[in-house]
Amino acid sequence: MAANSGSSAGPSLQGAGLLGGALNLRGRPRPGEAIIKVALVVSAMVSVIITVGIIAALIEPVFEFFAEVPFGDFFAAEGQYAVLPLVTATLMVTFIALLVAVPLGLGAAMYLSEYASPGARKVLKPTVELLAGVPSVVYGFFALTFVTPTLLQEILGVEVGFTNALAAGLVLGIMIIPTVASLSEDALSAVPQALRQGSLAMGANRMQTTLRVVMPAALSGIAAAVVLGLSRAIGETMIVALAAGAQKNLSIDPRDGMQTMTGFIAQTAGGENPVGSVSYNNLFAVGLLLFVITLIINMISIYFVRRYRQVY
Amino acid sequence: MSIATRTAREVTAGAIDTGKSRERNPASIAFLIGLWFSLFFGVMVLVVLIIDTIVSGSPRFDAALLFDYGSRVRPEETGFRAGILGSAWLMLMTALMAVPLGIAAAIYFEEFANGNRWYNRLLEVNLQNLAAVPSIVYGLLAVAVMALLGFERKGIVLGGAIALALLILPVIIITTREALRAVPQEIREGSYALGATTWQTTWRQTLPSAVPGIATGTILGLSRAIGEAAPLLLLGLAVNPRFDPEGVLSYITALPIQIYRLSSESRAEFQEAASAGIIVLLVMILGLNALAIFIRNKFQRSW
Repeated sequence: MAANSGSSAGPSLQGAGLLGGALNLRGRPRPGEAIIKVALVVSAMVSVIITVGIIAALIEPVFEFFAEVPFGDFFAAEGQYAVLPLVTATLMVTFIALLVAVPLGLGAAMYLSEYASPGARKVLKPTVELLAGVPSVVYGFFALTFVTPTLLQEILGVEVGFTNALAAGLVLGIMIIPTVASLSEDALSAVPQALRQGSLAMGANRMQTTLRVVMPAALSGIAAAVVLGLSRAIGETMIVALAAGAQKNLSIDPRDGMQTMTGFIAQTAGGENPVGSVSYNNLFAVGLLLFVITLIINMISIYFVRRYRQVY
Repeated sequence: MSIATRTAREVTAGAIDTGKSRERNPASIAFLIGLWFSLFFGVMVLVVLIIDTIVSGSPRFDAALLFDYGSRVRPEETGFRAGILGSAWLMLMTALMAVPLGIAAAIYFEEFANGNRWYNRLLEVNLQNLAAVPSIVYGLLAVAVMALLGFERKGIVLGGAIALALLILPVIIITTREALRAVPQEIREGSYALGATTWQTTWRQTLPSAVPGIATGTILGLSRAIGEAAPLLLLGLAVNPRFDPEGVLSYITALPIQIYRLSSESRAEFQEAASAGIIVLLVMILGLNALAIFIRNKFQRSW
């Protein structure tokens, strides 16, 4: 695709040279197309403007915030502006979510890539992806009104609070299954058929082939899938805002209610915070931290994707 | 991201040489059951979710749910009129902003950009990053954009639509690129051979062939936006408006936001209303998805 734009002009120039100017194949100048091209470039640049905009939008209030609140009060375990309890709660919920999503997502990916017939795949893959189409506020409501009271308290008899990290993490895990499954499946399917054939020829069955040949070969792609799922889980808001809790809590007990970073932003935004106040700027400080964390994680994911694309 | 066509081909080839005959031992069978379980666990959860919501929302399947405004005085009659209309306005404005921009950017990336140049690679990485930025961060950005445009009130149609358009722009760009990439190179080359320029080729050949794919991707992007609540929370949408939105500067609320507010209420009537509202939201999303599938099946070409 990329080569076309360059080469389309190339041959006509050569042709003109050969015919010694008798035929001008250069084509007439097309100012309209130049304008269109500029418009397309500008549209593509919008994505960069958005990135710069995010950083600019976040940084200014954050500077104001740190002008009034010392660094130590922000990266503290306790206090009005402490962010560490939010970070630990985010990690806790995300960890539970990954415990659910990684095995299930990988299992689904293995089935789709290694076992399913093309016809079955066509039906099953959209079925798995259906989970990603459900709005997160719906998952949050489900965690709050079904998973906590019915599943955890009544059926399993776990002593959890009204809001707790466990229910939020479990439901969040369900939500990111399609993310993990979809990318892992791409990675597994990209493994060359020759590797499978070699393994089968040596007498291995499909399970052994999948686990010992295909999965190791696709490992960096699977890693990318897990890392992307991780980033989704960290950034998800509505589930944790409804089901994880609204109190900062430096607890490592998943049965406790605890507020995550996104939950904090959602709750603070819902309250009365005049623009420019310290609590308003605090919102942006947490937002910037969240953005930086997910940015780093996304870069790791992109790195892994590059690696598996390069091997084959 | 999806390598659908290639995988399809490989799976077809893979079906020829499977090790089926050696799969009678218990470990293999257990493994296969495990895979089946992970495939259907999510679906089971979804079924439980829908049944649970329908059961708890069923007392509220009435006309008031769809056609009345929210009411705190009579919670048994609270409705989602404001939210449904607000979400419809948001969808319209979001599509108007994000779709042309997204398609134009995708055309640049696929048809014009030289993928080996460092700045195009940078754009690429940037795009992948944007697609994974948490939705709530787009809310913070939209707040800043609205402040920059000089709006005092941010919870208006324009503000919400800016937030959602920013959110789905990367999705639309990525899906449109996939659709353009699926158009065979031969069609472009044929056009070039007849003397068409890159833009003529794109406008007259590539784009028309890619329209079904673009439409599907766009609708799926919009169906993601309609259920999104997090960025809208930051804009401070109206809590319980009792009027219909009249224009882009009108104060609004959205369906997911109403559901969120009702979920946090402790009274049983509000919980019932929230469940019923979720069904309304799911039906809207299902409708959009069905439309996308219809378009895909009706206009899908195989080259």
